[in-house]
Amino acid sequence: MKSTWSRRHVLGLEDLSAAEITTILDEAARFKEMARHGEARHSLLKGVTICNLFFEPSTRTKTSFNLAARRLGADTVDFTAAASSLSKGETFIDTARNIEAMGVDHMVVRHSTSGTPFLLTKHLGTGVVNAGDGTHEHPTQGLLDLFTIREQRGRIEGLTVALVGDILHSRVARSNIWGLKKLGAKVIVCGPATLIPAEIRQLGVEVSYRLDEILEQTDVINLLRIQFERQRGAFFPSIYEYAQFYGMTSERIARAKSDVLILAPGPINRGVELTPDVADGPHSVILDQVTNGLFVRMATLYLMQLAREQALTST
Amino acid sequence: MATMLIQGGRVIDPANQLDQLLNLVIEDGVIAEITTGIPRTDEVIMAQGMIVSPGLVDLHVALRDPGGEEDEGTASGTKAALAGGFTTIAALPDTNPVVDNRASAEFVILQAERAGYCRVVPLGAITRNHQGEELADLGQLAAGGAGGFTDANRAVQSAEIMRRALEYARMLNRPIFAVPQDATLSAGGLMHEGYYSTVLGLRGIPAAAEEIMVGRDIALAELTGGHVHLMNISTRNSVEELKRAKGMGIRVTADVTPHHLAITDASLVTYDTNLKVLPPLRSQEHVDALIEGLRDGTIDSISSDHRPFASEKKSREFDQVPFGVSSIETALAVVATVLVDGGLLDWPDLLRLLTVNPAKILGIDAGTLNIGRPADLALIDPAAHWIVDTRQFFSRGHNTPFQGKTLRSRVMKTIVGGEVRFSRQ
Repeated sequence: MKSTWSRRHVLGLEDLSAAEITTILDEAARFKEMARHGEARHSLLKGVTICNLFFEPSTRTKTSFNLAARRLGADTVDFTAAASSLSKGETFIDTARNIEAMGVDHMVVRHSTSGTPFLLTKHLGTGVVNAGDGTHEHPTQGLLDLFTIREQRGRIEGLTVALVGDILHSRVARSNIWGLKKLGAKVIVCGPATLIPAEIRQLGVEVSYRLDEILEQTDVINLLRIQFERQRGAFFPSIYEYAQFYGMTSERIARAKSDVLILAPGPINRGVELTPDVADGPHSVILDQVTNGLFVRMATLYLMQLAREQALTST
Repeated sequence: MATMLIQGGRVIDPANQLDQLLNLVIEDGVIAEITTGIPRTDEVIMAQGMIVSPGLVDLHVALRDPGGEEDEGTASGTKAALAGGFTTIAALPDTNPVVDNRASAEFVILQAERAGYCRVVPLGAITRNHQGEELADLGQLAAGGAGGFTDANRAVQSAEIMRRALEYARMLNRPIFAVPQDATLSAGGLMHEGYYSTVLGLRGIPAAAEEIMVGRDIALAELTGGHVHLMNISTRNSVEELKRAKGMGIRVTADVTPHHLAITDASLVTYDTNLKVLPPLRSQEHVDALIEGLRDGTIDSISSDHRPFASEKKSREFDQVPFGVSSIETALAVVATVLVDGGLLDWPDLLRLLTVNPAKILGIDAGTLNIGRPADLALIDPAAHWIVDTRQFFSRGHNTPFQGKTLRSRVMKTIVGGEVRFSRQ
């Protein structure tokens, strides 16, 4: 199975086939199973250096990638834009090339501009994994969502998954849509019309503007964060109104399927996308997502390193 | 009296419906005779297999002089124009400082004369410092040589200012060049709003941002009787609106760029910053409508909209790079490849869009092979296939999406006032 993996970069789930996505999920499951048996640390990436190149604030993704790399025995370097030569006017490409020149094998990149990881692959020889680029994709978040759903339900195919909230600005939504569709789920995107691009239907999803109308048919509800920092203008009248129409409350949970799963990529705005009792309630798998993120990222980095070694030996 | 013979070329002069194998005689820098005979001259240029065209005319080119010399200069920009077959270009006023007074218009002409390559007609600003708030010195700009007025990429948002500009420019017999774009709808936009902007997560600019302003500017042209020229139109409804307005006799003209005819927004999947232009590259349905608009005469002209940038400015994150393509050296070849090779237009029709039509819009005596007018010519090899290599560019801007692409037809010589000022080896 591993030998079929040949990608040196993981830039988005749009690029990956269903088989490749499944390979990562299976590999992640293997790491999780080993951890359950006390085998949490490995030396598979011993001698490999991974740089977290974060041009945008992040807590959980950065920590998760860091831990994943270390669990595999890799050395890690952290880069934060605010304390860098970027503030002296250096371009981000030059910054990345300088870091590469110090002997880095893989870059984990987060950037506020869509397409930036793709741009780096044109300038760097390292592997590049997209840890979130603008409003484009966040593939490892999409993968950990898929992993969590598959773990909880035993399958993806045939499930109905609703993505609720700010679809327009959400990189998580795009990665989820590509991944879920490829693995055979039905996807409904739900939110105010101002936050759902008209062309989203061309990705093979259904659109709903009323959460109450889709509650009863969904197996999984993924509550996307309202991205106040990416928005301009008036996308909806007020937070209160948004919460009234799209917030997940225990009252709505009561009308949903009895085994509905509640996911949220976080950080969550308690009282906006979901009420605290839902966030901490029995349907919520939000913390499972965080745990699974570690194994998904271990799998991603491990497979990327395998592809890198294959490329080196074949040249 | 110095004489020159251009012998055996396919002489195409769309203004005079001329398309024949003929010999063209130049005497003292002016076109003296177009004939089947072979007069004795001091100099002979053999033009078998070549098209002999009036020198091309470009309605808007960014020369960036002064204030943006790292991107282009008058000398580099006008030499690049010659390499593209252009003998007259209109220079955008979006320099630093902006060309919003007579002295700066005269400076543009002086710089072009110093460079000694192609002819340059300055465009003056519509509003002072392109702020969109008060009219620039339009009368003095015209007296200083300005052929028209524009705020370049900054569409005048105030309908009242636009109305007054059209009224005032009508009195001066000059056109207002407008980039139709509603700033509130296009704010923060990076590419065409549609399927690909949704997938790529790049903020979109809807077609409506252009169409609203096309409608407004046409209404104001009708109200004032002024001449509005719409630059770089890019959408299907803009073409439809233009057709309707022309049918009503409103004084409106329009141009389109080569890249908007050759490339769709689907190409942005590579996040190539050289594809970031304003207005954005649209989807295929819009491109098809633009081509149809050229075919049926609704769109009057093709302009390069040459906007060169130093490479360091285009080698950044997509949202941080400026909008624009270095296009003057590839313009003719791109449209010949798309339109002539594609069987959509013949050479006389294509050259009409690049010579006499833009000259008429600008109100200048150029773009024809009329006997007695200065011999401004382009010799084009229509059979040439060449690969775009920016290292060969004369422009300082190498920001082109056509790097490495094979194009059909090439400008081999460009003659200004009877003098060969560019010759490709």
